[in-house]
Amino acid sequence: MTSHAEAVHHEHHGPPPANQSSRVDPRTLGMFLFIASEAMLFGSFFAAYFFVRVVNPGAPGEWPPEPHHFPVFVAGVNTAILVTSSFTMHWALQSIKRGNRAGFLAGMVLTFLMGLAFLLTQAVEYLHVGFNTSDGAFASVFFGLTGLHGGHVAIGLTLLLIVTIRGFRGHYSPEHHHGVELPGIYWHFVDVMWIVVYSTVYLI
Amino acid sequence: MESPFRSEAAAFRFLLLSIGAFALIVGASWINRWLGLAVFVLLSAGAAWIYVRQRAPRPPRTQIARVGPPDGRRVLVVANETVGGNELMGAIGELALARTTQFLVVSPALNSRLKTWTSDEDPARALAQARLDATLARLAEIGVEAHGMVGDADPLVAIEDAVRLFHPDEIVVSTHPEGRSNWLERGVVSAVQERFDVPVTHVVVDLERAESPVGSDQTSS
Repeated sequence: MTSHAEAVHHEHHGPPPANQSSRVDPRTLGMFLFIASEAMLFGSFFAAYFFVRVVNPGAPGEWPPEPHHFPVFVAGVNTAILVTSSFTMHWALQSIKRGNRAGFLAGMVLTFLMGLAFLLTQAVEYLHVGFNTSDGAFASVFFGLTGLHGGHVAIGLTLLLIVTIRGFRGHYSPEHHHGVELPGIYWHFVDVMWIVVYSTVYLI
Repeated sequence: MESPFRSEAAAFRFLLLSIGAFALIVGASWINRWLGLAVFVLLSAGAAWIYVRQRAPRPPRTQIARVGPPDGRRVLVVANETVGGNELMGAIGELALARTTQFLVVSPALNSRLKTWTSDEDPARALAQARLDATLARLAEIGVEAHGMVGDADPLVAIEDAVRLFHPDEIVVSTHPEGRSNWLERGVVSAVQERFDVPVTHVVVDLERAESPVGSDQTSS
């Protein structure tokens, strides 16, 4: 065996590299497919919501039907908290890209705390909202939509916690921050979905 | 409208757009429910139209007419805060040594969108002129004669303006490193490579490591 052949033998162990399209980055495609599936999941819940509220022949004239009320102000403050957490998430990623580790860690901790505050406030809202899932279709779609979103916030918080812990352990750098980038995209998606949920359920 | 899945920054911008869009929808709905629906439909259609239009075939590349003596070369240099960076100075010096070369250095008048909308651009132009003057002085010190001009805040517009005036044989674009460069995030270098039919050299200037050796990432098209 020649030296060239040996080199080739050592370089090509294991299965051949996976073939991929030259036009689509696999990570971008993966994130696109994931968020597209999530959008369809939310879409099915929104379909149920609009059926109950608009299409259904027995749809209530008032939303929510009397004598129930949504805590619009509290949810508005909660919305502000969640939107602010997207700003701190963006700040955290920009900080690590610039090698500012203190800014990155501060941004991640703030993002996590605000996400947690959002989730806890939503739990308190559920306790004091004055109706339950058995109180009618409107209550079912309310808890379904906001609960589905809350579940996504919980998943996002898990991702943020992992990133924060890894950050404190010295992971990530200006050259290697993909592990922050993808949770960041997910977190912004969760925020966008809440903007849609809050606008349609609470405000309109 | 860029894909919000491309990067965190793109997703963040999409979130800001969503907030603005839903503020409009909610406001219209409070006036009249059907008006809110109409605004939603219009905004959705507008977003779809912009997205499809951006994916349409790009315009043909700009053919730059060659001017000047046949043995000479004309190089257009475009740089932001990196205009006086060591890596860029080194790249220009190398080009000047190779052949008889005329240089035009363009320094865009960098301005934030907020300032562009709410104020004049005089301070931005003054800063760009100061950077340009310092750079031309440094080039003169190393024996390179160059002319300069302050360009539009949008680097692509600044380059198009300079191309019409200068007819370069080569374009050098200087940026901050990946991750810190707004121009790279906006795809300015690849847009220049697609738009003009001359070689484009990308020089990365790391101002935070100014004492480090030359580290230029050079690509041509």
